[in-house]
Amino acid sequence: MIDLFIQPFLDFEFMRRALFGCVVIAIGASPIGVFLMLRRMSLTGDAMAHAILPGAAVGYLVGGLSLPAMTFGGVIAGFVVAFLSGLIARTTVLKEDASLATFYIMSLALGVLIISIRGDNVDLIHILFGTVLALNDGALLLLCGVTSVTILALSLLFRLILMESVDSQFLSSVSLWGAAAHYAFLALVVLNLVAGFHALGSLMVIGVMLLPAASARFWARSVGSLILIAFLIGVGASVLGLLASFHFSLPSGPAIILTAGLFHIVSLVIGREGGWIPSYFRTSKVMR
Amino acid sequence: MDSFIFSNLKGDAMMRLSKSFRLSATAAVVCFLPAAKAQADQLQVVASFSILKDMVEQVAGEAATVTSLVGPDGDMHFFTPSPADARTVKSADLLVVNGLEFEGWIDRLIDASGFEGTMVVASDGIDVLVNEEDDHEDHDDHAEHEHGEFDPHAWQSLSRAAVYVDNITAALSEAHPEAIASFSANAAAYRAQIMALDAALKADFATIDEHCTTVVTSHDAFTYFGADYGVTFVAPAGLSTASEASAGDVAAIIKQIRDGGVSAAFVENITDNRLIDQIASETNLSMGGALYSGALSEADGPAATYLDMMAHNGSQLLTALRAADAAGLCADDHD
Repeated sequence: MIDLFIQPFLDFEFMRRALFGCVVIAIGASPIGVFLMLRRMSLTGDAMAHAILPGAAVGYLVGGLSLPAMTFGGVIAGFVVAFLSGLIARTTVLKEDASLATFYIMSLALGVLIISIRGDNVDLIHILFGTVLALNDGALLLLCGVTSVTILALSLLFRLILMESVDSQFLSSVSLWGAAAHYAFLALVVLNLVAGFHALGSLMVIGVMLLPAASARFWARSVGSLILIAFLIGVGASVLGLLASFHFSLPSGPAIILTAGLFHIVSLVIGREGGWIPSYFRTSKVMR
Repeated sequence: MDSFIFSNLKGDAMMRLSKSFRLSATAAVVCFLPAAKAQADQLQVVASFSILKDMVEQVAGEAATVTSLVGPDGDMHFFTPSPADARTVKSADLLVVNGLEFEGWIDRLIDASGFEGTMVVASDGIDVLVNEEDDHEDHDDHAEHEHGEFDPHAWQSLSRAAVYVDNITAALSEAHPEAIASFSANAAAYRAQIMALDAALKADFATIDEHCTTVVTSHDAFTYFGADYGVTFVAPAGLSTASEASAGDVAAIIKQIRDGGVSAAFVENITDNRLIDQIASETNLSMGGALYSGALSEADGPAATYLDMMAHNGSQLLTALRAADAAGLCADDHD
């Protein structure tokens, strides 16, 4: 047991770093993921992930393979897209999903254009977005910083964001803070995406954000327990995924995401709150 | 005109990129000028990547204008030809490629461009090494770089590069018979330089303790070099940029380093080196600097020409291996 589950982390520093990075990501990404799900914005997160690309690419062109430059670029691009699509949703007939889609497509195309003009055929996607196995001090610090900001902001804005999630029309009718809560939340999404993307690779952060949150939905009802369960599932998937990557020589990013996916499928089937099997028995009881 | 647009775009991007803005801009202008006045008497040659371009220039001298599709520090693995490349190829009299399936896209590019000149396969007739290390290409998700069963990085062997030079010289002479004398004179001098460097490196590497000859690289491009000079290059699957690394592979290489089987780690000019940096810092392995595998450096770099590149790689390796030997890091010292 110890050999299988503990020894890899004792023996190798890169495994400890990877685990640490995953846990830190999970702390920040779980509440974000839960709110994205509650607000039916799961796909928004995915779209934002693409919107970041041109910013990160410009950062790379200006500053080379530098963590701050690429992070800064990505954050700016994400903020611009989030702000513009929110603004248009609030001031024109276009709904937020449609305006986000238009901006993220433009942003993505711009990113591809910039990368192509660079033209020396270094694979930017691989360079821009790291792997969980190569987390250096800078990347870990970035993750810790973003997670701290996320937790701090969420604890300050928790009620506001929660209310905006549950009934945004009510919030904007009684308070002017609705829009602010919305933008603050989108900013947190962007921050987490950029940090996670840069440190962990393109698949990782979106998966670690959305899959545990969606799985937690089958186990809990209150927002607090949703976040806690999402966090636990995120960490569990990271540990088991890393171990699978270690023992079976699987690529680490996909291994972690697929483990989270397994958790999700299990939750889907046996989850207490509306999983297939429990709902089946509940319905049959009612039928009788 | 095409090459002007192409090099100008590159120049623009580099202005923002590198401190050597002036050099790059100059390079862009230099690329442009010969292309403009070339026309009638000069041979238009397109090489697939920077190393072949240098070889052709060494042999052709003033008689040809040489363009390379993939420039300095560019990674052939991720090259996808653009319409501008197709126009460059169409206007060429001679197209020089490495062969051995290194340029997986070349047939499509030739079809698409309507190229009517002669294609030269520089590696024709060399002693080919079979790709034993299937690991590295199997993970490759980029169809452009399916190397197949042969290791294409044959220019990493100086003796084989001499065959490249012969092939290039023959093709140039056929395409431009007026300059045969100058071509063969250039080729003979160039060949002599190549063989001299080969002999020097052979002599130097012979002095290295045989237990001290294993190094880690990020991409398995040095099999030919290793075969010539008795150096073992370990490049675990997933350490190339083409695929995602697995924890198991990284752990295996770290174990091997801890067991004392490896003398140094090297990064490459064309790959992402964060993972190998991490491995080196975790094992206290000394980093031996950058090796040049599939692309030359910019003109102001340490590997601006093919011969510079081979000399640079050789001296980087020799320095690191000697240091490891002196520090008692080699396999035999552990037993």
